[in-house]
Amino acid sequence: MYRQTEIIKDSSEVSPGGGDLEEGGGAEFVINVGPQHPATHGVLHLVITLNGETIKKVEPHLGFIHRSIEKMCESLTYRQFIYVTSRMDYLSSHINNHGCALCVEKGLQVEIPPRAQVIRVIMDELTRIASHELWWGAMAMDLGAFTPFFHAFRERETINDIMEETCGARLTMNYMVPGGVMADIHPNFQKRVKDFIILFKSKVDEYDELVTGNVIFRNRMKGVGFLSKEDAISYGCTGPTARGSTASCDIRKLYPYEVYDKVEFEEILETGCDSFARYMVRIRELRQSIKIIEQLIDNIPEGDFQAKTKAVLKLPKGEFYSRVETARGEFGVYIVSEGGATPYRIRFRSPGFSNLSALDHMIRGGKIGDLIAAMGTLDLVIPDIDR
Amino acid sequence: MFIVKYIKEVWGAVRSLLKGMRMTGYYFTHHKEIITQQYPDNKAILNLPERFKGEVVMPHNENNEHACTGCTACELACPNGTIKVITKFEIMPDGKKKKAIDKLVYHLELCTMCNLCIIACPTDAIKMAQTFEHSVFDRNQLTKILNNPGSKIREGVE
Amino acid sequence: MWSLSKITDTIQNWLNQTFNPTWALIFEMLIVGVCVISLFAILGLILVLMERKVSAWMQIRLGPNRVGPKGMFQSLADTVKLLVKEGLTPGGADKLLFNLAPFVAMIVAMLLMAPIAFAKDFQMWDLNIGVLYVSAISSVSVIGILMAGWASNNKYSLLGAMRSGAQIVSYELSAGLSALAIVVLTGSLSVSDIIYSQADGWWIFKGHIPAIIAFVTFIIAVTAETNRAPFDLAEAESELTAGFHTEYSGMKFALFFLAEYVNVFIVCAIGATLFLGGWMPFHIGNWQGFNHVMDFIPSSIWFFGKTFFLIFVIMWFRWTFPRLRIDQLLNLEWKYLLPISMINLLLITAMAILKWHF
Repeated sequence: MYRQTEIIKDSSEVSPGGGDLEEGGGAEFVINVGPQHPATHGVLHLVITLNGETIKKVEPHLGFIHRSIEKMCESLTYRQFIYVTSRMDYLSSHINNHGCALCVEKGLQVEIPPRAQVIRVIMDELTRIASHELWWGAMAMDLGAFTPFFHAFRERETINDIMEETCGARLTMNYMVPGGVMADIHPNFQKRVKDFIILFKSKVDEYDELVTGNVIFRNRMKGVGFLSKEDAISYGCTGPTARGSTASCDIRKLYPYEVYDKVEFEEILETGCDSFARYMVRIRELRQSIKIIEQLIDNIPEGDFQAKTKAVLKLPKGEFYSRVETARGEFGVYIVSEGGATPYRIRFRSPGFSNLSALDHMIRGGKIGDLIAAMGTLDLVIPDIDR
Repeated sequence: MFIVKYIKEVWGAVRSLLKGMRMTGYYFTHHKEIITQQYPDNKAILNLPERFKGEVVMPHNENNEHACTGCTACELACPNGTIKVITKFEIMPDGKKKKAIDKLVYHLELCTMCNLCIIACPTDAIKMAQTFEHSVFDRNQLTKILNNPGSKIREGVE
Repeated sequence: MWSLSKITDTIQNWLNQTFNPTWALIFEMLIVGVCVISLFAILGLILVLMERKVSAWMQIRLGPNRVGPKGMFQSLADTVKLLVKEGLTPGGADKLLFNLAPFVAMIVAMLLMAPIAFAKDFQMWDLNIGVLYVSAISSVSVIGILMAGWASNNKYSLLGAMRSGAQIVSYELSAGLSALAIVVLTGSLSVSDIIYSQADGWWIFKGHIPAIIAFVTFIIAVTAETNRAPFDLAEAESELTAGFHTEYSGMKFALFFLAEYVNVFIVCAIGATLFLGGWMPFHIGNWQGFNHVMDFIPSSIWFFGKTFFLIFVIMWFRWTFPRLRIDQLLNLEWKYLLPISMINLLLITAMAILKWHF
């Protein structure tokens, strides 16, 4: 340790947040994980304090991809601001857009045609599958297994093709508009989704064979990143992160929107409270999403895909809040309107931010490898944390 | 028994590893599962769906006429200021002045392909093209003028 | 029949006739040195390409297919790229150790080539303690890694190097114990003796289940010793970016890379020699006809075939399994592999004494 300190003190390039050994402790070692690090999937910066390999403290530093989306939205009209939210949680952009559209519709008091409702739900669930697929591959990659990443992308690509055909884009679709959806579904849509369901059902079992059952994987996951139910609630965790700790928080069940109260699906709860439980929640959610799509794909009602709305949308004076369940947890939209064509104030409640805040608590005392595993199961999307 | 448990544990672990190896072994030997698309080589068979949002274009008919009235609905609908409509007044044969577009400037580098301008257009003068290779060496080339030089508004479009 | 040993004999005779014995020896040494270096380079090129193709096919990709026919010259192109890259030395690094480390890693890999029998009677140095020599020299490789990690003045590198130190020291035990199993059966440490003892059948078949267990523990232990996934904790790119070689670039990085692949080749060659009979063809007891047919395949093909099969198995591991955690890695060694290989060694010893093996 001696030489190392001396060298660092001599050179002028001491990196911020790391470098000197702390006085007194003697055995502390500060490392910057990120902002350029393969496991942070973006520009998250974690300052971790180590004792040997054991983690003593994790300090997330944000702000590397802050674009002040909320402020931007204040200068955009109610039709325009929806597209910006695709750039937050880009893996579940449909669901973000959905949440914003719901909030505007709440203010406008418009009734959404049933066809649009069903299309929206199908799109949401397809997005959720695509997002979980990417998470699965990326998390296995974090743990050192590269092959699952490519296998996950194979199925995700199929969803992207379906999206491309109907919405015209693969990642940031901007398909939801206040009052319904932008365009009717493509004539091929139903057939292709059904083909995808058949394909996907056989592939999900492969996932279990390749990763879930693997003894190395199980040992890396079990008992790692323990987060009790109370802690999950007090940190404000939502989505699979909280459901892995038996905290029931599925917005689709608790505050159903669109047709979620008419379809049959279960809210996945796992009792493990560790990384493996969070992993299992997501893997089981894949099957639930397929179940929802199966129920709806043949029952898309006829009718309009968009409600009639005025050319310029103006929300009445007041405050509006709506929430949806994204692939990562609860996404909330809060709009304050002064009666104009643009929102007076807007705020998004993104799931990743609260989930990340629990990281320090769940990882203390673990190893560096545990940090990567736990971070993988939180499914962080950095632009969502740092808007 | 401790020994039995130990052996069972080891055996279970080895089995789970072999299962995974069978999976990768299957893909190693079955090359028909390969999904790689060799992109620049497959350009000929690459077909993009008709709804694909690549860039905004203004279709002209064979007489070099377009349908844009210069109403600036697209400019208002655009969230990023991608479109700029520059209008002029044309003197009609009957001596009246009529508003028409001089240039419809489109900044591809600012465009997010949100499709709002296309929806806003009352005369369907602009549409999305299925192109996607937009990279250029100079970003000035990304600022495009959508109407052809010398083009006119089509008869009957109001 | 065409054989490598005849070529070497001819060269030696010619040298001895033309020069006096001292010069002949010096020339022989030079030729061997050149051969080792070129084998080193060729192995690097082949194994990198092989790894990329194997990983690509397992990941439903095509892999390199642009440079040369079926991408065969891809690794050559990569080498040229690495050669022209700038070899940076970080400001706070210990310059001497930093620049020395890749060469230490490479020289260790080269030294290990000495006792390997590539074909029948084709061996650089048939020393009578071959197996001991290999296990002794291979532990030096950790010094190269520790030097690199320490001298880089990078925290990731240091962590990677420390991990690697703990890992190699512990896995050497079970690798050594499982190699010892065969030494017990053969009664000799010499590589050529071990191979000749398998003329009537390879040890993996002759030694019943204990030999198979020794083989499996050997493969696991050498995978860990060469820092390959799932035991690649010294590199662990998702945890430590690139571990001990984070700060290396250009050819110095390439030497580490090369040393890793050559190490893989060497441990697989040792594994093939100990358990699969080295260059010895596949023989079954007294089936004269069958054995005769097998003898027609040149011995070098037998050796490289077995070695590359083992290399493929190790690559298969890498592209299937996730990485272990450091404490699990050590648990696996001390709680599972070491007790198993110790009991196994006892069984094998009993078997050797009672002559239960074939």
